[in-house]
Amino acid sequence: MDAFFEYAFLQRAVGAGVCIAVACAVLGVFLLLRKDAMIGHGLSHIAFAGIALGLLIRQWPMAVSLAVAVVAALGIMKLKESAGFHGDTAIAVCSSLGMAVGVILASISGRFDASLLSYLFGDILAIEPAEVVLSALMALAVLVITAVFYHRFMFMTFDREAAQAAGVPVRRLDALMSVATAITVVLGMKIVGILLVAAFLVIPAAAGLQTAVRFKSAVGIAAVVASASVVVGLAAAYLLDWPASGTIVVVSFLIFGILFLFRRRA
Amino acid sequence: MVLPDAEAAELIRVEGLHFSRGGRPVLTDVSLSIIEGDFLAILGPNGSGKTTLLKIILGLLKPDQGWVRLFGRPPEDFVERELVGYIPQKATHFDPLFPASVREVVAMALRSGRRRISRPDEDTAVRIALETVDMIEFWNRRIGRLSGGQQQRVFIARAIARNPRILFLDEPTTGVDAENQDRFYDLLGRLNTSGRLTIVLVTHDTGIVNKHVNKVACLNQRLFFHGTHDQFCSSGALKEMIAGGHHLVLHRH
Repeated sequence: MDAFFEYAFLQRAVGAGVCIAVACAVLGVFLLLRKDAMIGHGLSHIAFAGIALGLLIRQWPMAVSLAVAVVAALGIMKLKESAGFHGDTAIAVCSSLGMAVGVILASISGRFDASLLSYLFGDILAIEPAEVVLSALMALAVLVITAVFYHRFMFMTFDREAAQAAGVPVRRLDALMSVATAITVVLGMKIVGILLVAAFLVIPAAAGLQTAVRFKSAVGIAAVVASASVVVGLAAAYLLDWPASGTIVVVSFLIFGILFLFRRRA
Repeated sequence: MVLPDAEAAELIRVEGLHFSRGGRPVLTDVSLSIIEGDFLAILGPNGSGKTTLLKIILGLLKPDQGWVRLFGRPPEDFVERELVGYIPQKATHFDPLFPASVREVVAMALRSGRRRISRPDEDTAVRIALETVDMIEFWNRRIGRLSGGQQQRVFIARAIARNPRILFLDEPTTGVDAENQDRFYDLLGRLNTSGRLTIVLVTHDTGIVNKHVNKVACLNQRLFFHGTHDQFCSSGALKEMIAGGHHLVLHRH
């Protein structure tokens, strides 16, 4: 425990990790109920192609990746609407393409190195102070968006047609949620890696949804599970000398498993 | 009491509506007027275009030809959405594990309106709506744990919590047992007469016609009857639909 107070890099890792985890968990509850569990996984693969493109053209890889992910998120939304694909099909098609293009671009640019791989697996212990601030701002933005549109998001997730008839601008809010997810995934990927971002979008939310009776409780439980996974996971990684991102995901799964035993019955 | 047509306001007007899907006509030249105080049943077999007609009236679909006026305005310009309540056909087909209490389901519509509502006002509106549909004792129950009939009553509470002037229901008694269907229709009748709520109900169940309805429209791609309940009973519209071999649920009363 002393190490947490002693080492600034651990404090930064906890701070940024908790912020990203909470943002992902809150969005994740809506995404899971919208049957969009794989959107984080898909967008992170597409964002990887954006990073590779940025490295190739030697322009800010993060900014290029963000633009690519936002366009892809809106494209997936459009594809689901107009092509009549099921959610997962559109995501699978785009994510496979994203990864393939990413590998090709990385190879052409000759940047298939450790810096690229850090986006895949993250490097939470090497987080800079500025990245902690970025994570906090991102988490704040997601929480504000969710708080402002909380009831509209819940209404359209529960009964889309009734919400639309009641005047909820469902397509604009779809786009807002897609863009928020894309931004979360890209910023999170830089800090915790593709593996952890996708896991944060699904596992804590799944834990909240299987436990809670009320919607608000599901969001709260997801946020607590995500935060606890970061803190406990980082401590375990430090003590056992395991990779941080992998350990955090395993811990979140273990918490999910414990809550599964105490899940509410249908 | 239903107001005489001459004095009552026209809430909905549909003129010369045509709609096709994949080249197949779904609605052909449908014109309809809905007056304040109506309890209108739109009857028709499965696939007759009833749901499509409702969606076009509500602005969820655009017609190929023709026009709709909702409170005198085209649906795309109609922003006072709190005047309209809608319970879709698939309302009870939600994820049964969705973590929402009955209270949250009613409040989600109240909080999605154009105007902000304070927590005390929200509490009052939710309580009154749930009392009206006789579901107040279930306010903290998860929606997925209720029966189909109870869920439909909660969805009515969700709709009436915003004080609408017209309520659209699409096949609301699918999956509701016979005893609860009667209770459900009695509730609608009460809302129509004492609550002065105009009701438009789409169904293939002719049983509703004898009990509560004061206007009937028969739709099968074209509108081939639209009149009062008495006119419907003396017309051959029902026989015509049955003779056409359409799948309708018939009841003896």
